[in-house]
Amino acid sequence: MREADEARHAAERVARDSYGRLVAYLSARTRDLAGAEDALGEAFATALRIWPIEGVPQNPDAWLLTVARRRQTDQLRRRGTQRAGEPTLMLLADETAEGGDDGDIPDRRLGLMFACAHPAIERGLRAPLILQTLLGFNAIDIAAAFLIPPATMGQRLVRAKTRLRDAGIPFAIPPRAEMAERLEAVLDAVYAIYGKGWSEWEEDGKESMAGEAIWLGQLLARLLPDAPEALGLVALMGFAEARRPARRTADGAYVPLEAQDVALWNDSLIRQANDALRQANGVGLSGRYQLEAAIQSAHVHRRLTGNDTWPAITALYAHLVRLTGSPVAQLNHAAALAHTEGAEAALAAIAPLSDDRRMQSYQPYWATLGHLHAEAGHRAEAHEALTVAMGLATDPAVRAYLQQKRRALPAD
Amino acid sequence: MRYMMLIHHDEAALAAAPQQQLWQDYAAFNEALTKANGESGIRLEPSSKATTVRMRMDNTEVLDGPHIDAKEQLAGYFFVDAETPEDAVAWAKRCPSSRYGSIEIRPVYIPPAGGWK
Amino acid sequence: MQYMLLIYGDEAKMNAATEVEDTGMSPDYHAFNQALIKAGAMRGGERLRPTSAATSVRVRDQKAVILDGPYADTQEQLGGYYLIEADDLDKALEWAKACPAAQFGTVEVRPIWPIRRQ
Repeated sequence: MREADEARHAAERVARDSYGRLVAYLSARTRDLAGAEDALGEAFATALRIWPIEGVPQNPDAWLLTVARRRQTDQLRRRGTQRAGEPTLMLLADETAEGGDDGDIPDRRLGLMFACAHPAIERGLRAPLILQTLLGFNAIDIAAAFLIPPATMGQRLVRAKTRLRDAGIPFAIPPRAEMAERLEAVLDAVYAIYGKGWSEWEEDGKESMAGEAIWLGQLLARLLPDAPEALGLVALMGFAEARRPARRTADGAYVPLEAQDVALWNDSLIRQANDALRQANGVGLSGRYQLEAAIQSAHVHRRLTGNDTWPAITALYAHLVRLTGSPVAQLNHAAALAHTEGAEAALAAIAPLSDDRRMQSYQPYWATLGHLHAEAGHRAEAHEALTVAMGLATDPAVRAYLQQKRRALPAD
Repeated sequence: MRYMMLIHHDEAALAAAPQQQLWQDYAAFNEALTKANGESGIRLEPSSKATTVRMRMDNTEVLDGPHIDAKEQLAGYFFVDAETPEDAVAWAKRCPSSRYGSIEIRPVYIPPAGGWK
Repeated sequence: MQYMLLIYGDEAKMNAATEVEDTGMSPDYHAFNQALIKAGAMRGGERLRPTSAATSVRVRDQKAVILDGPYADTQEQLGGYYLIEADDLDKALEWAKACPAAQFGTVEVRPIWPIRRQ
């Protein structure tokens, strides 16, 4: 019984630590993710049957890989009888010769991530695909995080994997000319995973979603040491994570950045984030994530030292607007402008966004508009915008905060 | 795509909710919905006031009460125009009733040419 | 008073039975529609796509639960509705009986709860 437990624990440990590495390796040549996952699943099942009797092998990764590859060969042979099987069998022989059973397993995860975030894969599916293939999340957990019915998510993932295989999407690091754009897609997917762990406060499993995203970001930064944007993303997530404990009072009320108790911030995470940002700046060129991390660093610096960093933040946001053209960057730029040039200037900067359909149901737009109108003394406009922001909020703490703000508006 | 959002309430749970907060949340929700080109809908009287009609072989049955006897009853609806099903889900989450019942999201049938209205 | 006529039926049959004219409606429904409009009683209505296209959302303890399918799994499904103006329940029931759905499904009549609009 104890051996069975030990075997199960060993398998679980391997699953957590090496799942993505094994899937990436097994699918690198065949491009058949579903097949790789099936083969690995069968290998885990075999391990749970055999290890309690024969003991846990010294290198469980290599053991699992050998069994999984045998399953994969069977799969390919079966399919090979239906199609012209020669090339695949040759590929497989090639792969078997390259990867020794007892040596280190080459890390192909980067190639897998680039495949999952390939432009031919629907944008909204890239993050779910990375969660499933690199981290072994099941469709039910992914569906819960992305607010999609589980059966629908399952079907979409299956379709995406079929597409990866049939469209011949390469499981490889893209050529230099495409690198910047392709990397951005990978980073966007990882940041989307972080967003799932950030926007919802204290939901079961959600915090670990943020942790997984940080882990993936660090992996990317390690595998791509020359990419400042990967470091920028690590820094950005680090700053956000460091402030998490201060975002709520003990009884769950929402605390905006300016009112947060900095003693609750996580010093070591801030140090790590600053290090990552400095390292990124050392490598060069500013991209979106590096800029956003620099903005967060400036916020943190202001709150910790009391120095006015708003002019720097405004300039960084202006740069971000030029770089991305994103309405969200425009919105944040306007909000920062309120601190350097006043609320009326900020409202003027925000005005062009009122025609943007995407903003009509974007909660932070209405909240920002409400705050700016309140500051400028436009009572009726502030009341309306704060009401809409309340209506769009799904977080009760944010809704309560906005309601309090609305109540505090001066009487007519 | 146009979606009809069907609000199913546990009428007892709704009555037990803090009323002033609930309707204040609803007012804010309706304002947000209108701004986003949605259509704030209709609230129905409780299912106890429903009457059900069915005809079979010229025999008309008229019965007191709702057609489907369930813990959560259809209580109203609203419409959203959403580009993706995920956007429709986001609106369902924002609706205060999602905290006291269920929101069922149903795409509206658009007839091939003109006709329905 | 405003009433809602909720149309329930076995959607497998309803979908099979629909003969679409250039109006996008079966002749029976088209006639019923015209009658409502002529009488000045029509306030709105929609036909819904089948429950296989439905998604249900609930939020409990701030956690959203998203499920495929309709809220309740029933023998007859909500397929559409009319919003009508009627003097009283008797008049509303007259309309319900005239609705084609009463012949093969069930029509539930519910009064609208008047909401004060700001």
